Amino acid sequence: MPTKTFNEPGMTDSTERVILFREELPGAGKWSHVLKRHHVLRILDIRGNANVSALFFNHDLLVERYNMPDTLKAQYTAYLTRGRVLLSDMGRVLCSIVEDTCGWHDTLCGHSHAALVASRWGRSRYQDARNDFHRNAHDNLLVELGKWGLGKQDLVPNVNFFSKVVADGDGNLSFVAGHSRGGAYVDLRAEMNVLVVLTAVAHPLDPEAEYAQRPVELTVSRGSAPGPDDECRCSRAESARAFENTERYFQ
Amino acid sequence: MATRLVESSLDPARAIRSEVVLAGEPWLGGVERGQTLRIVDLEGNQAVDTLFFNAADPREKYSAADTIRARGNLYLTTGAVLLSTEGAPLLTIVADTCGRHDTIGGACSAESNTVRYGHHTKPMHNCRDSFLLAAARSAIPLSKRDLTANINFFMNVPVTADGALTFADGISAGGKYVELRAEMDVLCLISNCPQLNNPCNAYNPTPIRLLVWDGAT
Repeated sequence: MPTKTFNEPGMTDSTERVILFREELPGAGKWSHVLKRHHVLRILDIRGNANVSALFFNHDLLVERYNMPDTLKAQYTAYLTRGRVLLSDMGRVLCSIVEDTCGWHDTLCGHSHAALVASRWGRSRYQDARNDFHRNAHDNLLVELGKWGLGKQDLVPNVNFFSKVVADGDGNLSFVAGHSRGGAYVDLRAEMNVLVVLTAVAHPLDPEAEYAQRPVELTVSRGSAPGPDDECRCSRAESARAFENTERYFQ
Repeated sequence: MATRLVESSLDPARAIRSEVVLAGEPWLGGVERGQTLRIVDLEGNQAVDTLFFNAADPREKYSAADTIRARGNLYLTTGAVLLSTEGAPLLTIVADTCGRHDTIGGACSAESNTVRYGHHTKPMHNCRDSFLLAAARSAIPLSKRDLTANINFFMNVPVTADGALTFADGISAGGKYVELRAEMDVLCLISNCPQLNNPCNAYNPTPIRLLVWDGAT
């Protein structure tokens, strides 16, 4: 089982990044943060089989945001993993995936809604369940988006970290249960000042019988600018051009 | 759930609207609940980049992710219910003589063209320019924020079992069409794709025809 490699805030991790802060996000929780350029966000699946539905925006220009189709077609892939980049609709890199011990992150299947959660796992309201009520990703994302002046218009296809969904030759989709193990993590290096909006509600195709609340650990550390031989930059010509577009934007 | 080829019984002579949209042109129009919209690929292998909105509140729009998850399949054909970001049915595909339509390949833009094909392609005409121009001309409050992962009618973007995404030659041909029944009053925003750098238009963007029938027809 992989172990946590980060130390306490102010310390450095195994990659010599200085940790700025860390917090645990409870299962079904929500979070947003402006990840400064070249800082690194580690999302760690504490117990296994977590899911983190996430959206990404250029904090300096919020109408620029994560674009699932542009990300996938530029890299000829239907999923995300180490070495790949999250592209904005402006041909720039929002985040690079610089480490990934999980191997496959879904970005095709969207996030849960109130009706889906109620039909799959039953309705549970705050009045009765207090803070264990059945939250859904849609409402959680709307709340976090609202804090930044964003809303419904900004709900576009998201990333589902730690979840794997595969397609057969006819396009039929299958959720791969048990994909992520406890201790698995993914490191995202911001290439712009990136507003990250995320929620740890179960994947909408999660077959679990019970409403699962699986926590994740979020760690922000100070990274460094990618060099000319950076793995993500050099992964393919398309990614290199997206880095060029990003660097021009900051010149 | 492979292709489902279904022909329509609707008579073009009884359509209340029939117009040609040239390659590289946008089209923005309303389709009322119960009406049927047909998109005809007049000359073959023409990608038709299409977005739908709830006419009563365009902040609610087509959601590719909800649509493919709910139907359990990546490709669109007859029977597919196009869902909104709120999970509501916008339209249903009721006829399809092509058999497979993409909804994960998105629309081309000047900026994504620089990434995919090189910086020299930035001046080329593209779908997002058409979307933005149609939005800018319209009294309907649409802007870049409203643009999302669209449908590419007649476009073929196969995904392999190991997660590779490919752009294959089209499976459409001249005269093939797809027909959609509106389940609520919707706005339809189309860019008849001008992309010249990949096979989505067989390197030759061509016109389409749009027809609309009333529900009682």
